[in-house]
Amino acid sequence: MDLTLKIWRQASAKAKGKFESYPISNISADCSFLEMIDILNEKLVRDNIDPVAFDHDCREGICGMCSLYVNGRPHGPDDDITTCQLHMRKFKNGDTITIEPWRAGPFPVIKDLIVDRNAFDKILQDGGFISANTGSAPDANAILIPNREAEQSMDAAACIGCGACVAACKNSSAMLFVSAKISHLALLPQGKAEAAIRAKAMVAKMDELGFGGCTNTGACEAECPKDISISNIARLNREFLCAVILE
Amino acid sequence: MSLTGLFLVVFLCVHLFVNLLTLVDADGSTFNTVAHFMGTNIIMSVMQWVLGAGFILHMLWATVLTLKNRAARPVKYEVSTNSDTSWSSQNMFISGATVLAFLVLHLVNYFYKIKFTELIESGQMSEFELVTSIFQPQYWYFSVIYIISFILLGLHLNHSFQSSFQTLGLNNTSWLPRLKFIGTLYAIVIAVGFSIIPIFFLMKALL
Repeated sequence: MDLTLKIWRQASAKAKGKFESYPISNISADCSFLEMIDILNEKLVRDNIDPVAFDHDCREGICGMCSLYVNGRPHGPDDDITTCQLHMRKFKNGDTITIEPWRAGPFPVIKDLIVDRNAFDKILQDGGFISANTGSAPDANAILIPNREAEQSMDAAACIGCGACVAACKNSSAMLFVSAKISHLALLPQGKAEAAIRAKAMVAKMDELGFGGCTNTGACEAECPKDISISNIARLNREFLCAVILE
Repeated sequence: MSLTGLFLVVFLCVHLFVNLLTLVDADGSTFNTVAHFMGTNIIMSVMQWVLGAGFILHMLWATVLTLKNRAARPVKYEVSTNSDTSWSSQNMFISGATVLAFLVLHLVNYFYKIKFTELIESGQMSEFELVTSIFQPQYWYFSVIYIISFILLGLHLNHSFQSSFQTLGLNNTSWLPRLKFIGTLYAIVIAVGFSIIPIFFLMKALL
């Protein structure tokens, strides 16, 4: 298929960016979206043009590295996938595809389509852990966990921290990410001990970094490649309100 | 937002109940009795201030939140969102601002005339007559504005009900679809319930 790619180009964090259009032809429908950009970049290198910088790593939908806001949707026009799992069969011959970086104040552009997502690490550093003595592995089943809680915790732990929730949210809110991290710990006995401190610290850090407030539009849940439920946000709100009230 | 919003949700139920009494009898005596009671008893005199404060806090916090949220995305997207979300939830500030504009007109139409003029006290007009006087064919534009505002209010409420519970943490995977259903039902009841009144009096005058 033949396509036109309208891509955000920005030489550095401080440079002024703009959209550039690149025609690309003979793209297989079975090609992945990132492979398609690889093909474009090979062409750009041959033409002595700076290749398009974009984030990617595992290319099997688990590392959370790839991003890209494709035609108005983080990770492109498909549900429950990362950009590396997006295939060109989702597009039609002759389409113009607009590719933008994640847009949020706390996610500044580093170059072209690459944004700095360190803000997520900073939030985790402020509470996304349990304080436990490490040592030999504990006995299996020494702490019994009901299946329901274990499943819910694992569902929340599926978050790969890609930032699609922030990118999709009209408020650039990081609530789905923070709520997933809060939930996967708070649901387990080992995480309950520090649940209140964790909720307050992570929410405070999120606000400090300049993420917006949640208005429950549900765009985050709709675009999350791991299908994290916004019921986690309700849990975060519950944990946070209880922590503040009981203080 | 959620607490003041839920307070206003309850207020709208009371308001709709009283308004629907205009349809009970042709001379409006039931409505006049209740409207007189609402306008004169001590609890309602206090609640009127609480209600005003509720509206103001709701609007102030909405403005603060919207400004903060706009600032969180300094560079906007070229392509606006194609994510699967409702118009209601994406445009709460717009629907809210429209409802506020309507509220000003509504206060001028009724609240001002009842509280700051001698219209009712002098016996020149009853509460029922004041209500129906607005919804006459020669003032058709009032009815149109009111009905459009009720539709926008309904869209505002469609999001707000479930959103309030979500913000307060009173939600989970089981209750999320239930609260969304109740919220939509509530929004329809409010929008349709309030719209019936201008439609009824307009039809009555025309037929």
